[in-house]
Amino acid sequence: MSLNVYHQPKMMMLKLSLIGHRARSCESKVLLAAAALAMFLPAFPAWAALGGSAATVQADQIHMQGTLRQTTAATYTVHEIQSGSGILVREYVASVGESAGKVFAVAWQGPWPPDMHQLLGNYFDQYVQAAKAQSAARFGRRPLAIDQPGFVMEMGGHPRSFMGRAYVPGMLPVGVRTEDIR
Amino acid sequence: MRTMRMFAVPAILLAFAFLVACGGGSSSSSSSTTPTQTITSSGNNVASISVNGGPEGNYADAAFVSVTVCVPGSSNCQTIDNVLVDTGSSGLRVLSSVMTLPLTQQTSGGSPVVECFPFVSGNTWGPVQTADVEVAGEKASSVPIQVIGDSAFNSETVCSAPQDDVNSLGANGILGVGLFAQDCNASACLASYDVYYACPSASTCTAITEAAAQQVQNPVSFFATDNNGVILELPAVSGSEASVSGSLIFGIGTESNNALGGATIYTADPDGNFTTKYNGTAYPDSFIDSGSNGYYFLDSSLTGITECGGDESGFYCPSSTMNVSATNQGVNGSSGAFTFSIENADTLFNSNDSAYSDLGGISATSAPYYFDLGLPFFFGRNLYTGLQNATYPNGYWAY
Repeated sequence: MSLNVYHQPKMMMLKLSLIGHRARSCESKVLLAAAALAMFLPAFPAWAALGGSAATVQADQIHMQGTLRQTTAATYTVHEIQSGSGILVREYVASVGESAGKVFAVAWQGPWPPDMHQLLGNYFDQYVQAAKAQSAARFGRRPLAIDQPGFVMEMGGHPRSFMGRAYVPGMLPVGVRTEDIR
Repeated sequence: MRTMRMFAVPAILLAFAFLVACGGGSSSSSSSTTPTQTITSSGNNVASISVNGGPEGNYADAAFVSVTVCVPGSSNCQTIDNVLVDTGSSGLRVLSSVMTLPLTQQTSGGSPVVECFPFVSGNTWGPVQTADVEVAGEKASSVPIQVIGDSAFNSETVCSAPQDDVNSLGANGILGVGLFAQDCNASACLASYDVYYACPSASTCTAITEAAAQQVQNPVSFFATDNNGVILELPAVSGSEASVSGSLIFGIGTESNNALGGATIYTADPDGNFTTKYNGTAYPDSFIDSGSNGYYFLDSSLTGITECGGDESGFYCPSSTMNVSATNQGVNGSSGAFTFSIENADTLFNSNDSAYSDLGGISATSAPYYFDLGLPFFFGRNLYTGLQNATYPNGYWAY
């Protein structure tokens, strides 16, 4: 059972990113496709966001049943999704460089963490392994701090008040400071 | 010099506590502003706690207590030691591997209710069951608790990175005695939070909305009396010590041994936070939490304190001891300055002690920055955690 669950999201992610490539010039079709998928698979655990294409932001919005707001900076766009249950997610999409059109960072705040399967996508397994390694290295309940060359993630707070962020250092467009990811 | 009220305790404990008192007393005499701390050790509402490394012996900065769990309304009970005292969450969670009792499973629409409760250090995953919970002389009847890591339910589909055995948890359980009566929400815990699930089979689980009364409950709110909060009383620690002992006291102003006295009340906001000010900036997502094992605050760029590397990434590793001054401010406007020190975590851990007064690290995120005042903040303070009620709808801390 668990094998199925881990394999299926990867296939689905591939489908979504293919749609994203094919239909960059017709965003509404992407939205429709994502919406259709969401209707058939409402509780599906993983649409890649971190490292995925901008199309995955729309899927995340639908999954979170949230409202979307965009702000534009010099080299990236911030897609801010506010869910009805009080969870705020920000997805950072590069507008220049090799990672243009891709989500290079995510940040969140709310009473509960967002669906990490969905938000971290391909990086989810890395998060789980690093989180286990942190607790294995030394007993102690403390904020999560993952600092790997290809993946940085931090999560803090307490029940009813969580905050955190994750980013891929190699995907940051020029001019982005890590403290801008918040 | 400190005074300690000690009645009917074993002579060896008395001798140990007296040593602690003398040590603390001599250090407080060097600072005229340090108030005298009195640690209460007797009373029907007093449980002994130890900062002693826990069941695996190497847990840094956590207070452990013994909790007795019973089949509701029966004398079929078991006492579970090494349960971590956590003022940052609400509800009792016990490892399935140490439970021997047949407790009643909570159901929803005929299916077992299973919880994925999020902590920043890892989720706890397991069924919600009903138990009588006894600590010291206090009893909470028919309380929903969480049994962590029951192999009857598969976590992989819905609950990532669970801490579900003693090797990952470092404790036999967590006694959440925080600000709130329920673990999730005073109204319903919504299905969209992905906290409570109905699991008709081992690996088929669907998120559900859980009503307030069915959620895992803070057992303190179920006590007949002494049900409005707790006090943690731990002695001052100088640098690091192999272990220290103190008291977990139930009730605030309900008995002769738990008066608020001259403590200042700092009220919390609806999220369980207050404000800590540091270096001219206010951080309104800050909190006090005995379940965090250090001072976690900001990051190296703001504090100028070097972060450790490798396995100890996230801790602070300054080359010399760093002194920090900050001010706490409650939602009620009360405010008080405090100071603490940060020592090199790598050096501290090499001592293989269990109680560290100067352990800390980054609070790890700019979204937003905050102070997490963990167990070291409790050393040398009698720290009150007031349960939410009509006067204090989001609870309070006092010290």
